[in-house]
Amino acid sequence: MNAISKDMSGPLSSFAQRLNDVEGAERQAAIGALLRTGLPDRHVEAWKYTSLRPLSAQEFQAPPAQYDAAQAKSLLDNLLSQHDAVQTLPRIVFVNGRFVKDLSLLPEGMDVSFFSQKSLTVDVQASPDRDPLVALNTALVEDGAILHVAKGVDAGRMLLISLGVAGDTAISFHPRHSVVLEEGARLCLLSLSAGVGPYFHNPVTEVTVGESAKLYHTTLQTEGMQAIALATTYVQVAGHGVYNSFALGLGSLLSRHEVHARLNAPHAQLHVNGAQNLANHQVGDITSVITHAASDCISRQTVRNVLDGHARGVFQGKVLVEQVAQKTDGYQMNQALLLSENAEIDAKPELEIYADDVRCSHGATVGALDDDQLFYMRSRGVPEAQARHILIAAFLDEALSLIEDETAQEYCRAMLAIHFSAERKAA
Amino acid sequence: MSQFLEISGLCARIDADGQEKQILRGVDLTIPPGEVHAIMGPNGCGKSTLSYVLAGREDYEVTAGSVTFKGQDLLAMEPEERAAAGLFLAFQSPIELPGVNNANFLRTAVNAVRRARGLEELDAVAFLKMAREAAKSLSMAPDMLKRNVNVGFSGGEKKRNEVLQMTLLQPSFAILDETDSGLDVDALRIVAEGVNRLRSPDFSALVITHHQKLLDYLVPDRIHVMAKGRIILSGGPELAKKIDQEGYTKFLAEAA
Repeated sequence: MNAISKDMSGPLSSFAQRLNDVEGAERQAAIGALLRTGLPDRHVEAWKYTSLRPLSAQEFQAPPAQYDAAQAKSLLDNLLSQHDAVQTLPRIVFVNGRFVKDLSLLPEGMDVSFFSQKSLTVDVQASPDRDPLVALNTALVEDGAILHVAKGVDAGRMLLISLGVAGDTAISFHPRHSVVLEEGARLCLLSLSAGVGPYFHNPVTEVTVGESAKLYHTTLQTEGMQAIALATTYVQVAGHGVYNSFALGLGSLLSRHEVHARLNAPHAQLHVNGAQNLANHQVGDITSVITHAASDCISRQTVRNVLDGHARGVFQGKVLVEQVAQKTDGYQMNQALLLSENAEIDAKPELEIYADDVRCSHGATVGALDDDQLFYMRSRGVPEAQARHILIAAFLDEALSLIEDETAQEYCRAMLAIHFSAERKAA
Repeated sequence: MSQFLEISGLCARIDADGQEKQILRGVDLTIPPGEVHAIMGPNGCGKSTLSYVLAGREDYEVTAGSVTFKGQDLLAMEPEERAAAGLFLAFQSPIELPGVNNANFLRTAVNAVRRARGLEELDAVAFLKMAREAAKSLSMAPDMLKRNVNVGFSGGEKKRNEVLQMTLLQPSFAILDETDSGLDVDALRIVAEGVNRLRSPDFSALVITHHQKLLDYLVPDRIHVMAKGRIILSGGPELAKKIDQEGYTKFLAEAA
């Protein structure tokens, strides 16, 4: 088995010891795929703008059985205390990638099970062969939530929470979640993540939205500032189904929110909106591949980035319209507000269209704060720092208004306000 | 403190596309407390530049002269400090603030100014009551407080919103930069009444306009004619009628 670790170079070597110990055919196959490709470097087109070098800087251990429970509790309280409506919501809480029953409040109206209790079944959507981060997840996954909403059931609103609690030693966890909505089912899901210390969070989430089902999925990423968070989500939507999502990224030293979505039957709808607010040396990558595989489907994507200090935002958005997908209605927009000379946005919108009767548009804007607006506000007595803040908040607020679930929208607004006030205190 | 507002020898230029352009060439103007003065003049004479320089816009570089406002060196102050000190500029083209709620913005501005003036801040309820009353007196639709600042407002609505801001910020000196442009007669009257309501021994204004019409409603104490970056002529309210009848050319020729 030691032969494997000799073949591991670059970032992959940070997991060498653990990969050596992996057992089971599926996991071995995933390692095989990893060994063929390694973790991607910037010569790989999909990773041209985001480097995984930070993964090489340290070895990531499996999370120890014990963690600082007080710290986990405090992280959880921070997430729950900011909005009354979320405090009493059902929640499934993972600490360092493992389900913690004591912190959770299991939902009713759906089947909940866990990967740890099942033999690992690799869904057809997430393929270790195509995506090395999925391969790494497949090789090292321990746990994850499996949510199943039966036909016609409205399962209400719930939280899926990941807490990373690392001490001096860097750890990594690789949860695998699955969300299935059967025909006509409905769910509002809020995925929250937070943490402290050096850790790597590598979740893979697979979503299946059945016919006429509706999933409202809001992701709030407030990982610790030493954290690396690389999340991959696979979505398939059946006819007349709706996957309406919004991802707000605030934390992490390095983050990637990658969505692969496929509209499988006519009149399916997809919204993959998002926003990120980054400062210092943060890097945040929002990547999506949206495939229209049937006619009369709608996809919408609006992403807004606020970048300060030496922060760098990456937007890669590909819309692929297959030949059968006539009457496709696609829209994609990436906007960035650069607050410093050293901030950077890399935007790569892509349209690949094989059908001839479609309506697809995309665009990108980059700008600084508007001097006329700033002067106007200051001439009304608003101090410069406050005027700047109001304009930044307004820019992000317009994006947040795209969150369909009102509670989730209010919650994100509250969390963003807290993030801003912490930022201002630190400044 | 000899005078309320005293501008002397004011020169300013702007850097336009890498070319420095001198716009103000020695403006002398004194406005005593409680008086409304008007500035008229042809396009490009520097009227709007004067208003921007007084409000503290950074694109303009003051190259000579001084401005004292209530005994303070106005030019040394930040725009927000000028507002707190009591100066208000009603913009010729009010700026849109997408995503910024009008009522929230007004309250933020009012409280920033109150804080700077050592007054207690207003809570949301007290502020809204005050804002609604002021909006009503300007015949503004109630939903204009709920909309984003100036976004989707008609020209007339934007100008009324400026007067609403002025009413709530309670300045002691207001500059109205072509607040009458783009207004129909009814709107003009409402806006003028809004300004007239503020008139008191503690309130002065400088009204920049092209048209005599506004000055019918808002009778000024003095009228100044500006040309090529200087005040070339000052007189009483009767000057407006003369300009309206005879045009600027005659005055410009006389001054030259």
